[in-house]
Amino acid sequence: MARFARVDLRTASAHRQVLRKKPSHKSLPTQLLVLTAPNYEIKHLPMNIIILGNGISGVTCARYLRKLSDHHITLVSDESDEFFSRTALMYIYMGHMREQDTRPYESWFWEKNRINRVRARIERIDYQAKKLFAQDGQEMPYDKLVLALGSQSNKFGWPGQDLDGVHGLYHLQDLAAMERHSADLVASDGKPARKAVVVGGGLIGVEMAEMFHSRHIPVSFLVRESAFWNNILPPEESDMVNRHLLEHHIDLQLETELSEIRPDPSGKKCGVVVTKNGTEIPCSFVGLTVGVSPNIGFLKSTEIETNRGILVNEYLQTSQPDVYAIGDCAELRAPNPGRRPIEAIWYTGRMMGETVAYNLLGKAQAYNPGLWFNSAKFFDIEYQVYGDLPAQLPDNQQTVYWEHKSGKKSIRINFDKKSGSVTGFNLMGVRYRHEVCEKWILSGAHIEQVLPQLGMANFDPEFSYQYEQGVVAEYNRAFGKQISLKQKRGLPAVLAFLQS
Amino acid sequence: MESLSIANPHPTLTTGKQKMALALAGLGVVLLIFVWAAKNAFSPIPMLLASFGLMVAGMTLFVREEYINKPDGIKNNGVWFKSLSARGVWGWMAAIIITGFYTVLFFAPNEWLLGLTQLFSPISEALRNKPADKWFVYGSLYTFSVLVLGVKFLYKYRHSRYQVMRTISVMFFQTGFSFLIPAFMQMMSQPEYYFTYFWPLKEYYGSPGAVQYYSTASSISVYFIAFSALMTVVGTPVLTYFLGKRWYCSWVCGCGGLAETAGDSFRHLSDKSLNAWKIERWMIHLVLVAVVLMTGLLWVNSYQEGGVLGSFSQAYSTAYGYMIGMAFSGVVGVGFYPIMGSRVWCRFGCPQAAILGIFQRKKSKFRITSNGGQCISCGNCSTYCEMGIDVRAYAQKGQDVVRASCVGCGICAAVCPRGVLRLEGASEDISERTTQKRTVHVKLEDVKILS
Repeated sequence: MARFARVDLRTASAHRQVLRKKPSHKSLPTQLLVLTAPNYEIKHLPMNIIILGNGISGVTCARYLRKLSDHHITLVSDESDEFFSRTALMYIYMGHMREQDTRPYESWFWEKNRINRVRARIERIDYQAKKLFAQDGQEMPYDKLVLALGSQSNKFGWPGQDLDGVHGLYHLQDLAAMERHSADLVASDGKPARKAVVVGGGLIGVEMAEMFHSRHIPVSFLVRESAFWNNILPPEESDMVNRHLLEHHIDLQLETELSEIRPDPSGKKCGVVVTKNGTEIPCSFVGLTVGVSPNIGFLKSTEIETNRGILVNEYLQTSQPDVYAIGDCAELRAPNPGRRPIEAIWYTGRMMGETVAYNLLGKAQAYNPGLWFNSAKFFDIEYQVYGDLPAQLPDNQQTVYWEHKSGKKSIRINFDKKSGSVTGFNLMGVRYRHEVCEKWILSGAHIEQVLPQLGMANFDPEFSYQYEQGVVAEYNRAFGKQISLKQKRGLPAVLAFLQS
Repeated sequence: MESLSIANPHPTLTTGKQKMALALAGLGVVLLIFVWAAKNAFSPIPMLLASFGLMVAGMTLFVREEYINKPDGIKNNGVWFKSLSARGVWGWMAAIIITGFYTVLFFAPNEWLLGLTQLFSPISEALRNKPADKWFVYGSLYTFSVLVLGVKFLYKYRHSRYQVMRTISVMFFQTGFSFLIPAFMQMMSQPEYYFTYFWPLKEYYGSPGAVQYYSTASSISVYFIAFSALMTVVGTPVLTYFLGKRWYCSWVCGCGGLAETAGDSFRHLSDKSLNAWKIERWMIHLVLVAVVLMTGLLWVNSYQEGGVLGSFSQAYSTAYGYMIGMAFSGVVGVGFYPIMGSRVWCRFGCPQAAILGIFQRKKSKFRITSNGGQCISCGNCSTYCEMGIDVRAYAQKGQDVVRASCVGCGICAAVCPRGVLRLEGASEDISERTTQKRTVHVKLEDVKILS
């Protein structure tokens, strides 16, 4: 049964009632251990649970802890007082939203849910005394600690990487830096715009390019690979993004690597980017978007076991008692097959936050992110992926790929050569339903069983053209078959399928 | 603490050509005001052509620069930086000018509007065979705004067929059913009647006075009022069951039409806070109660032939007309676009929206589906919801959105960068539309209890 499949609704609502039911302390002496019902945890005195980091992982953990228990919950952050959506930073810069619009919860939410928020920079943890030490001298004792420290932007030791005007894009402070330098970058009063160079062809790189582009700041986009993100995207999709970047007048420089950043005449600020083949690009900003890594600097070479991230088992426990790690900073000792030990992704942070809340309360729950999925947007082209869809088609898989004549939409389905089971969906400029694709993949549905029903997966707005006919025709052409499309887009069929 | 104020107050995103285009359109508006003030001094037709020609030319140039020469896609760059759309000086000025215009239109003596009525008389003569009055002027300007800014909207959202169809629909209903048909009907000596407004939005159509009047006004006018009653009693619940309230609010209604076209640049200014939602629910339902009470009183009074409640119900009805019909839906409803977003009236006041909302909430196939676990909580959906719905609060839980106020404009789905939202309907699960929460990852039966 698919994880997101619609469950029997009476059961679902029964779950929520249980979640909402708060243990009553009034009628019972609080000093005693009280075992109320088989489904309830053993209640001690309220614990003091501290969560270090108020990103999506930490906040989800706090929310579920509150839903499930009455413990004291404290969220500590050095970055910001308010929880905001990190993925929305680009929209603040582009003027689509204000900073407050990126906050999923209003200020009253925290008080109402008794989630205490503290602004502090923690410098040291004493695992034996169970205490945190902050930069400002504060000491915070904890009963259980959750490390949700997030990431930091990678820098690979390039000369000039610490000059003014050289920044990644991860923290709110990075956005502030981009803003600070932008006044200097935009054209004004006859002064031509100055160039920004973005190094690294990943998701944050393309975001940064779009951000500068929105302010009419010329961008050179340095990508090490021979096509954008071609270690993740199959060649056709990667090529589509390349074309789209050029359509937006981004100076896309493929197979180009950073060698060094030279200062401008002031000696303090970046002035010229030098590539490995010796080309010099004068610029006033350098965006370093060559990936992120766990933000665990202050924990390195302390008692807690780390590798690239903080090592955790399937219950998200670290090597230290009562200390857990979740989100970008956690490195799974034994990830699920096909999954990486560190996944700096929004929804995995959310899932870990929820999972760890159960574990903190003594309800053992192994972390299981389920079937892989993801999404992004490259300027105007939306991207969704469900299941396993490698850039290089593996020997045991086959693929059917349809592309719209505009060159801005495509649908790809991979399936197993032998069994015919669908293994992955890749969508560009077309939206598909998560639950439907997931159910097909997890149930091992045969490609020729999926194709006639393919319309069910379509999630594009009403009146949008439906392209499933094209996918089916492409399959028939490539494999000499006579499949015909039976099911068009629409919710009733989806509900019936998911409940079946 | 270090300042994290990161919105650059002055990025220059308006190009020289765009400034010129806006100046042209502005010149057209100034010319219109000048001719209005000068009253009879000029021949109306050349002045009309010059003034509206300038506005059309300016907007066309602006649209060309802003949208046409760029790849298809969401065009919200700089929305919160521009003075007009971010409650800056231009925004406040626009609010004051529109509010002022509506106040003059509704409440000032007719002589004040002489310059305008004279200017529009040639059109009125051609369409209705009689000189223009202030309501004809208002209708003309209203329709003009819906059409010109509708075209702007069409170019802005040209990649979305849902948006294109919906906008052509509101432009069609405004032009045909709220402007041309009522005018032609008058030319053919029929009573003035609007086929796209029903009780309670058009409270008059539910009153005994209207029934009496349309029963005898012409040989066919009794069918008009019968149609209106049928739409109120049967059309509204049935259409809302199948389509949600959007069939009216963002496809047919004139107020919605103006909000979706002229108001599009201000949709993000609606308040999304929980407090705003609380106020909204009280206000809109109080207006509904007021109009039901009023209609009831008028009928009781008519049965009693003006008995005890005669003068009171008449005064009540007049007061409602001024307070709700003019001050709220007109002056505040449109005048506050640049401050409180484009749906102030629809959200806080419209009794039709209240009734449609109750049907939508209780008995409709319609919902906005959230797509599994794809939501990244970015907030674009909530920000661009003109009705102030915190769409993200639902989407990030993987919960479908069923809200009384949703007018189904579909912009949340359009601005979503991850393909999370879809407006759609099914009858199978009407009473359970919001119970599903898909991003809940841990199922309680999977949890083991340590002991």
